[in-house]
Amino acid sequence: MSHQMLIAILLLSPLVGFILNGVRFRSSNYLLAGSIATGAVAVSFACAIALFMQLVGLPPEQRRLTVSFFEWISVGSFKVNAGFVVDQISAIMILIITGVGSLIHLFSIGYMHHDKGVTKYFAYLNFFLFNMLILVLGDSLLTMFVGWEGVGLCSYLLIGFWFNDSAKAAAGMKAFITNRIGDAAFIIGMFILFMTFGTLNMHELNGLAPTIMESSWLGAVTLGTLMLFIGATGKSAQIPLYVWLPDAMAGPTPVSALIHAATMVTAGVYMIVRLNPLFVVAPNTMMVIAIVGAATAVLAATIGLTQTDIKKVLAYSTVSQLGYMFLAVGVGAFGAGMFHLMTHAFFKALMFLGSGSVIHAMHEEQDIRKMGGLKKYLPITHFTFVLGWLAIIGMPPFAGFFSKDEILWFAYSSPRGHILLWIAGAIGATLTAFYMTRLMALTFWGSSRVDKSVHPHESPLVMTIPLMVLGLLSVIGGWVGIPHVISEFVGHIPNFWEHWLEPLITKLPEASQVAHSATEEWALMGVSVSLASISALAAFIMYTKKAGAADKVANAFGPVYKLVDNKYYVDEAYFGVIINPLVSASRDLWHYVDVNVIDKATYKITDLVRGGGSFVRSLQNGNMQQYAMYVVLGVVIALSYMLVG
Amino acid sequence: MPSTSFLTDISINHYLILSAILFSIGMAGVLLRRNIIVLFMSIELMLNAVNISFVTFSHYFDKVDGQVMVFFVMTIAAAEAAVGLALAVSIFKRFKEVNIRFFEHLKG
Repeated sequence: MSHQMLIAILLLSPLVGFILNGVRFRSSNYLLAGSIATGAVAVSFACAIALFMQLVGLPPEQRRLTVSFFEWISVGSFKVNAGFVVDQISAIMILIITGVGSLIHLFSIGYMHHDKGVTKYFAYLNFFLFNMLILVLGDSLLTMFVGWEGVGLCSYLLIGFWFNDSAKAAAGMKAFITNRIGDAAFIIGMFILFMTFGTLNMHELNGLAPTIMESSWLGAVTLGTLMLFIGATGKSAQIPLYVWLPDAMAGPTPVSALIHAATMVTAGVYMIVRLNPLFVVAPNTMMVIAIVGAATAVLAATIGLTQTDIKKVLAYSTVSQLGYMFLAVGVGAFGAGMFHLMTHAFFKALMFLGSGSVIHAMHEEQDIRKMGGLKKYLPITHFTFVLGWLAIIGMPPFAGFFSKDEILWFAYSSPRGHILLWIAGAIGATLTAFYMTRLMALTFWGSSRVDKSVHPHESPLVMTIPLMVLGLLSVIGGWVGIPHVISEFVGHIPNFWEHWLEPLITKLPEASQVAHSATEEWALMGVSVSLASISALAAFIMYTKKAGAADKVANAFGPVYKLVDNKYYVDEAYFGVIINPLVSASRDLWHYVDVNVIDKATYKITDLVRGGGSFVRSLQNGNMQQYAMYVVLGVVIALSYMLVG
Repeated sequence: MPSTSFLTDISINHYLILSAILFSIGMAGVLLRRNIIVLFMSIELMLNAVNISFVTFSHYFDKVDGQVMVFFVMTIAAAEAAVGLALAVSIFKRFKEVNIRFFEHLKG
């Protein structure tokens, strides 16, 4: 099949699924709805594989399949096509989105079967995938932005899926509004780039990127990319706009897995990688990205230490891992960023689905303090969760090890890296190992704290099969990008990942100056892995063997613990500094300006119109003699005009 | 031109003034009176004032058209009176009075 046809089917299949489920959204037939939705995504997945195969068959320089369905906007010299492109980067993205997406759809059939709104749920999920595919395939920033907004909408709808609970509805609004701030910056970034380069087509933009580094902070490219990055901090939950993602856990758990871990939140990273030639010429922007990424990685990891809601722990972990991806692209390791994006999609989707399985088994209980010892009730969930756990804390040879280690290595060795960035990354990795082990220990290991009325049970196959597949991917997913030092050690395993992305990644111009030895790489790898192992071991002992040890540590740190436990009071600060003043200013505007000026002015106008109306009405009262009088008056006026004038 | 006295020499103006006076009286009756019978009488007065004008001009221009028109007007006046009086009778039967305001009840 031609690639145009494949791309069309890839895009339209989830849309058809959305329409089929959307028109009968009141139905509670979960099997039908789930089959339609999962089938639609599976078709997309098949198309994605076919496109990938076509891409592999081409020589590396020509790996670019484009299609333009119609001219979307044409105003003067400003032209935007509804054009889509499959190249090395977007091919990986569509494989992740549709592949992980179909597994999560499958899982949802089991997870949502008791829900009344199941058809609506699947319709939203398909619509999300449609928008996500537009986001990654769009060939211009504007097309990407359509998908960007579309996934934001679906995220809002799915976070607030159980909108009868006002806290959940508020979480949806928080996500939407926080994203709007980023989106505004994204639009400004598009304006700046269009003003500078006269196009929004990403391929052309990359071709037009200047060759000289822009050292000024106020250069067009620096400002434009910085604005795009602020847009990315909204969508990808980075400082300062990360606050919505933990609250987004109010949505159904498969949604958290699909949207808030594997796909949508990585859109910011993807956007930066796609425009990497532009970002490379703006070192200042890159520096900001690296610092924000590293800071987010550490900050979110510390918050993750104290959370007690299983999904909240995973949410902060996601924020932290996204920080790693931004750290990677910030130091110019775009390939490593994409690599971590993929492995993270596997193991984080796995762990979210695993937590869904746990929540399902515990009858909607999410507090890990009320779990423990679930290992014997949920053997499959536990086993797959262990794989995800080993992957995220970076144990070789699991997927997370290769990608995280590559990021840490580049953070140190890249010309735009810095030892401080590496330290931040290593601290983040240590903390990650601690809180993930804590999560494992409190949920699956140790003694049971399960309420007597709850009888945990393993989930049905429809839910455990996706877990097993993702578990397998969490193990082997990293093998496509084995670092050179290891591959040389164990025999020449080609680094497929690096070769694959090479044609689209711009090399840093200052790359050749500094040389780093393999010994250094081994040393850093050893340090980060052993740090992670030690902290994982510490957490294991603290939470399974020594009861009460955790409380002692918490008490020892007193005020620090309180600060972290309250998430650094960031939400409170936002309320105090931005939201409350805004709300009170709006209220004042309402009470004074609106009521006293605008309302009164409109009331005056209505009074005038009403007075005029009642006067005219009194003329037409059914009294024939009065009508006759009007006729006479009219004749008199007309006659006197004719006679006098 | 020989001098003429307004009082002794009857000219076209006299007829037209008479017509205007009669028409105005009739119009005042239509506008001001409430009794339907009086109203019809007033309408009749206005029609006949117009008839006087027709006849005057017919005579003055030596053409018969105006007099033909007078017959039309009289015919229509008769028909109108027949219909109008029938209405007046039914109003009287209903309300024991022939005041114009009872016609307001016709608007439904």
